[in-house]
Amino acid sequence: MLHLSGEERGASSQRKQAKEPIAQPMSDSRSELTVSLWRGAQEGRYETYKVPLRNNQTVLDVVTFVQRHLDPSLSYRFACRVGMCGSCAMTVNGRPRWTCRTHVSSVAKRGRLKIGPLENLPVIKDLATDMRAFFDKWQQAKGAFVPSRRRGEDVERIKPDSAARIAADAAIECINCGICYAACDTVRWNGDYLGPAALNRAWTLVNDVRDSGNTERLRAVAASGGCHACHSHQSCQELCPQQLNPTASIAGLKRRTLWAYLRGEV
Amino acid sequence: MNVRLYLWQRLTAAVMAPLVLVHVIVIFYAARQGMSAADILARTRGSVAWASFYGLFVVAVAVHAGIGIRNVLTEWLPLEDRPAAILASTFAVLLLILGARAVAAVVLP
Repeated sequence: MLHLSGEERGASSQRKQAKEPIAQPMSDSRSELTVSLWRGAQEGRYETYKVPLRNNQTVLDVVTFVQRHLDPSLSYRFACRVGMCGSCAMTVNGRPRWTCRTHVSSVAKRGRLKIGPLENLPVIKDLATDMRAFFDKWQQAKGAFVPSRRRGEDVERIKPDSAARIAADAAIECINCGICYAACDTVRWNGDYLGPAALNRAWTLVNDVRDSGNTERLRAVAASGGCHACHSHQSCQELCPQQLNPTASIAGLKRRTLWAYLRGEV
Repeated sequence: MNVRLYLWQRLTAAVMAPLVLVHVIVIFYAARQGMSAADILARTRGSVAWASFYGLFVVAVAVHAGIGIRNVLTEWLPLEDRPAAILASTFAVLLLILGARAVAAVVLP
């Protein structure tokens, strides 16, 4: 039994009024998707399922259909379903994507989908990865804000059109989905590399005039495995669902740490 | 790769860029003029300018390639930083010796 939210019921009633055909599950190949899903942990195999094709169906809808109707033992991760929480990233037909905002119609090839866990992270089970390394590296890159004022002091005035704030704003909307980390060749090759998301976060704080932790932060990102390990392949900015450009942030860190090094600060 | 190695690799790249250009022009010039080995050696032997030019070139190549090889080794082989650095430094010294030998052969009188 599927429960419709008010919004879904409203959409359904609008479709009826407009006399639009509603896609119904049918058995012929045009109305069915062939979906291969990774089953197992680090070792495992792809198993194939038949899922009814529907209008405006997302990849997350497909995975959810399998879990609710075909195999309840399937493990995967999601929360908000609207592209805010960053939990539902998976590898879809070879590329890491946010599955809740990826329409099947834009990625299915000849009615086929191959969905696996994110690359570059250990698999816990099926489509769920262990993201501890990803988040640990945020800490290593000093991705936490270090306040420069106390609670009782005045709030710092930030000019929105200042160069530093514009640079920080351009990189700030990361949702921690791990897509850039999974897409990065350097992460694949170098286990110590902090990765695009952590370095992008560091760049936003380097440009935050309220932060007082920049000496430690620049030292962290200038060390082995830091920003200078980046090869600028730009897979991160190509696949970032938020259209951020971590490569540009990393280039900014390279310049900033270089000057800091020449001044003897790192 | 850390900021120190990054600086040296970019610095040596900046040094090599004009040197490569001049080197290629010299090759074209010598080939188009139909110069023999004896003609070339007559111009390079005892020349402080050519000794400095190619001496600097060899040093820049050794440093630049050494850092690059270190990166390749750490990324493509299961090697830790230190053994990769030792191997890459050995390769850099080899390049330096071979390069210095070649420069000596054309500039020493």
